[in-house]
Amino acid sequence: MEIKAIGCEPLQLKRMHIENGHTLDVYRQTGGYESLKKAMNMTSDQIIDEVKASALRGRGGAGFPTGMKWSFVPRDSPKPKYIVCNADESEPGTFKDRYLLERDPHALIEGMLIGAFALGVETCYIYYRGEYKYLIEIMDRAIEEARQANLVGKNILGSDFNCEFYTHTGAGAYICGEETALLSSLEGFRGHPRMKPPFPAVEGLYACPTVVNNVETLTSVPQIIEMGGKEWQELGTEKSGGTKLWSVSGHVKKPGVYELPMGYHDMEKFILEDCGGMLRDDKKLKACIPGGSSVYAMRADQIIGKNVTLDYEGLVEAGSMVGSGGFIVIDETVDMVDSTKNLTEFYKHESCGWCTPCREGTDWLVKIFDRIWAGGGRPEDAQLILDLCDNIEGKSFCPLGDAAAWAIQGAVKRFPEDFKKHLLQNGNGAGTSGS
Amino acid sequence: MATVATDYTNKVKVTDEVAEFPESVVEEMRSHLTKYPKDRSRSALIPLLFVIQRERGYIDNPGVNFLAQFLNLEVTDIWETATFYSMFNMHPVGKYHIQMCKTLSCKILGEPELTDHICSKLGIKPGETTKDGKFTVTRVECLGSCGTAPMMQIGFEYHENLTKEKLDDLIDSLE
Repeated sequence: MEIKAIGCEPLQLKRMHIENGHTLDVYRQTGGYESLKKAMNMTSDQIIDEVKASALRGRGGAGFPTGMKWSFVPRDSPKPKYIVCNADESEPGTFKDRYLLERDPHALIEGMLIGAFALGVETCYIYYRGEYKYLIEIMDRAIEEARQANLVGKNILGSDFNCEFYTHTGAGAYICGEETALLSSLEGFRGHPRMKPPFPAVEGLYACPTVVNNVETLTSVPQIIEMGGKEWQELGTEKSGGTKLWSVSGHVKKPGVYELPMGYHDMEKFILEDCGGMLRDDKKLKACIPGGSSVYAMRADQIIGKNVTLDYEGLVEAGSMVGSGGFIVIDETVDMVDSTKNLTEFYKHESCGWCTPCREGTDWLVKIFDRIWAGGGRPEDAQLILDLCDNIEGKSFCPLGDAAAWAIQGAVKRFPEDFKKHLLQNGNGAGTSGS
Repeated sequence: MATVATDYTNKVKVTDEVAEFPESVVEEMRSHLTKYPKDRSRSALIPLLFVIQRERGYIDNPGVNFLAQFLNLEVTDIWETATFYSMFNMHPVGKYHIQMCKTLSCKILGEPELTDHICSKLGIKPGETTKDGKFTVTRVECLGSCGTAPMMQIGFEYHENLTKEKLDDLIDSLE
């Protein structure tokens, strides 16, 4: 698997190939914790302004501007405040945070410390997906190292700034990547999302002001403080600042984690050259889902020769979204009914059951796909699936419902020829092997 | 929802028995409480359920009774949380819990064939445990390792870039 930067100096990936990059010594030798020192000589407003100037947007999937999120935290709240790192990486096709957590844990600690200093936070939690147990052990050691070096705990670097760090584990639930569901889970409850407003910035963990940020979002912060928000933004485009990690999987020769400047040109070159091209030379590109499974799949003819730039605006223009940056590359051997059935099963399994449209809708979608796959497809099924998606999208309690609807709508609308094969009259659909 | 809470076809035996743990385990459980504010000990529930599962093999009734006392919660509070999360086993599993990632990237790179292979090798279906209690095979949703698909987890350990040969060697090497 490849881990490398293309079109820019590695920033996020700076320590990926340095021996013992996860240790405090090596982190410091390579410039680590200098940004914290710099930030501790800045005011809270100056830090937030730098993050705003960087045009950093949340890297977990929603893409919300980070500086703005931070500015929503009330300064004068008498309650304790929290920063919670969302390390519940579970969007299918996404695995970038895993390598940051494994090989550069101090970058996350430093990013969270800078945020904590700016927002008056004294307690930070890092919420890991339960399967990432070995990464928690790495982080616990890093936190202990930082504590020994007076970077975590009381009177950090001799100042009156106090900040404690704790790791916390989930136990297998995609929904806990949604920030309010994550907070429910961190409080020891089922991972059900909560009504917004109030937003977590006002009432989050234990009903106290809370910032929830993705791993990559937080590890970007030390770079922004080091080089200045404006300069970091200029690595990318005006509205999509900096560099971003893309996880690439599926039918390519070189799957991996790639760091690209925002606005990288273009998507075709990225898949067919940078990622080594199609896995099997005689199989053509059929589709790519660029933002983790929860975005519209793109047809090859929406990519090839279309000059798609890789940033928030470019992918929307091309008919999809950045999401979490998880590229799933699919070749012509794949039946999109089969692949969509697979994703429908995922969303059904991961629907938390809290709201009816998502719980029932995803369940019915699986039933329909099962029937189609067993050879019982009917001509009206494509419309039935779209109607069902329409009854989920925008009508579910949290974005998981929308995600399921988009993944399925995209396939039905963009790959009608695959569906047609299965939706012949009188159930003569062409079911093959199960998924 | 993540897990089916109750097998409605079988009557579940409810017991008031409370599990007992060695002092070192109780000490470990206490250490989890220190991460959260004093009046928020319920936050420790998921980490503590992992301890129960490690010690008892699965989330069992006496273990849940213990946690209810330990955290001063109702037994139903513990079950409510435990049954939501797919990593908590409500029934005993084999010594080696093989969890095949079945989501899209793994699927298109051959997970269905690998699962068939391992199941026929062990003589079980997905979701079942071998008679000697050694292996359980389940198919699970995305484990966040798509770049090294197809992959699986045995217990907490990741095994990546799988092939039939690799699977065979691995299974044969487990004691």
